[in-house]
Amino acid sequence: MAPGRTSEDTTMPDAPRTPAQDRLVDTLAGGLRPVRRLPAPSLRALAWCAAALGLGLALMPFADLEALRARMAVADLRYAALGAVLTAVAAVVAAFQTSVPGRSSAWALLPLAPVALWIGASGAGCLRDWVVPGADSADMHQTGGCVAFLLTVSIPLSLVLVWMLRRACPLRPNLTAALAGLSAAAAAAALLVPFHPHDATATDLALHALVVGLVIAGNSLAGGRLLGRG
Amino acid sequence: MACAVPAGHVLPAPRARDAFGWPRSPRHPAVRGGLLERMTPDQALAAGMAAAQAGDAEAYRCLLRDCLPVIAGMARAQGVRPEAVDDVVQDVLLTIHRARATYDPARPFLPWLRAITQRRAIDRMRRAGRRPREVHDPIAYEAEVDRGPAPEHGLEARDRQRSLARAVAALPEGQRQAVEHLALQERSLDETAALTGRSKGALKVNLHRALKALRRTLGPGSTDQDAAGGPRTDERGHHDA
Repeated sequence: MAPGRTSEDTTMPDAPRTPAQDRLVDTLAGGLRPVRRLPAPSLRALAWCAAALGLGLALMPFADLEALRARMAVADLRYAALGAVLTAVAAVVAAFQTSVPGRSSAWALLPLAPVALWIGASGAGCLRDWVVPGADSADMHQTGGCVAFLLTVSIPLSLVLVWMLRRACPLRPNLTAALAGLSAAAAAAALLVPFHPHDATATDLALHALVVGLVIAGNSLAGGRLLGRG
Repeated sequence: MACAVPAGHVLPAPRARDAFGWPRSPRHPAVRGGLLERMTPDQALAAGMAAAQAGDAEAYRCLLRDCLPVIAGMARAQGVRPEAVDDVVQDVLLTIHRARATYDPARPFLPWLRAITQRRAIDRMRRAGRRPREVHDPIAYEAEVDRGPAPEHGLEARDRQRSLARAVAALPEGQRQAVEHLALQERSLDETAALTGRSKGALKVNLHRALKALRRTLGPGSTDQDAAGGPRTDERGHHDA
């Protein structure tokens, strides 16, 4: 075996190139333009996180900070918010990592732990609502407002994310798009916290989960095609 | 400089062949500069891609050509059928072109290339799997000719080889030598005469007798026992010439 040859390199050195291959190589090389190397995936993820944070800060003047402070004193609400933030960060890092060829697809497992925290803490809040009488629960009107907020924030965040991911070359476009959807949905859920003036109920939680699922599915379908087309 | 070279490489003795042991194109810009000779295979490819990112078309052309057999080998290792390898190679070339901005020259090149090739090979195999086949059409299915060897082909061939080997082994010494050297190993009469110490005339006679004996032994109506042996003379009592 020649030096450096791997076990996969089974073609003989003098294996004939086909004319089509030669033509394609000449076409690609003939039309070559210099490209700017993409920054590291983690840096690009950080840029998206900064954009999401900027959106959050822009919305902050409309939030009831006193009520937010009171809700953050409750452990499950605090952990649910933390879980959503961590999920958004972990999923966006995983999405950018999987968009670069040669990076391990195990990055897709990164958001699992934050997702568990997010779902677990939200579920605990829901349980508390059942156990403790007189908890501040949402009516249908408020829940509808939450759904509208989640969708309104998720869609632009998803679009920005897909636009950024398209600059790379996701080899598993559906996986990358699903991670992008999870990230956008989690970021929207985290941004909703300052505007969510009540505890989580089972209906509330189910609706949130439905919206998050819709965002992920929408990203997988539309984003997967957009990313795969390149 | 055509191909960017990372600093500080250990320099082995210059090689006349490229990173993979293939003859290197004399047109390769890095060959002219003698730069790639001093690199490991992966470093050479990484340097080529770095130059391509900077817009060096000649380095890019050389890189893609160097990659062609590597991609084909990887695709075959992935299980792509030989007739589809060319399609996978072209898909991979297009993906390399599209993804060239994602390559980080500080990282090894081959894992990047392997990831692209594996994915494109899987995509191609999936597409081939989804393509409708005529197995849903009973008439087309019945009429389909399988161009591959029949399942029992290998067994039959092995049986034939075994019978022939037994029959040849059962021949008298001179006839066996004539068959082995002249017929099986396709040596010339002169070579065989020199090797066996027999005259060319004797070899011709032995070959003629041996072929006659083999025809009788392996022809229709013969049994395995015929091939297995018996006395080292044929039915007419012919011995070596």
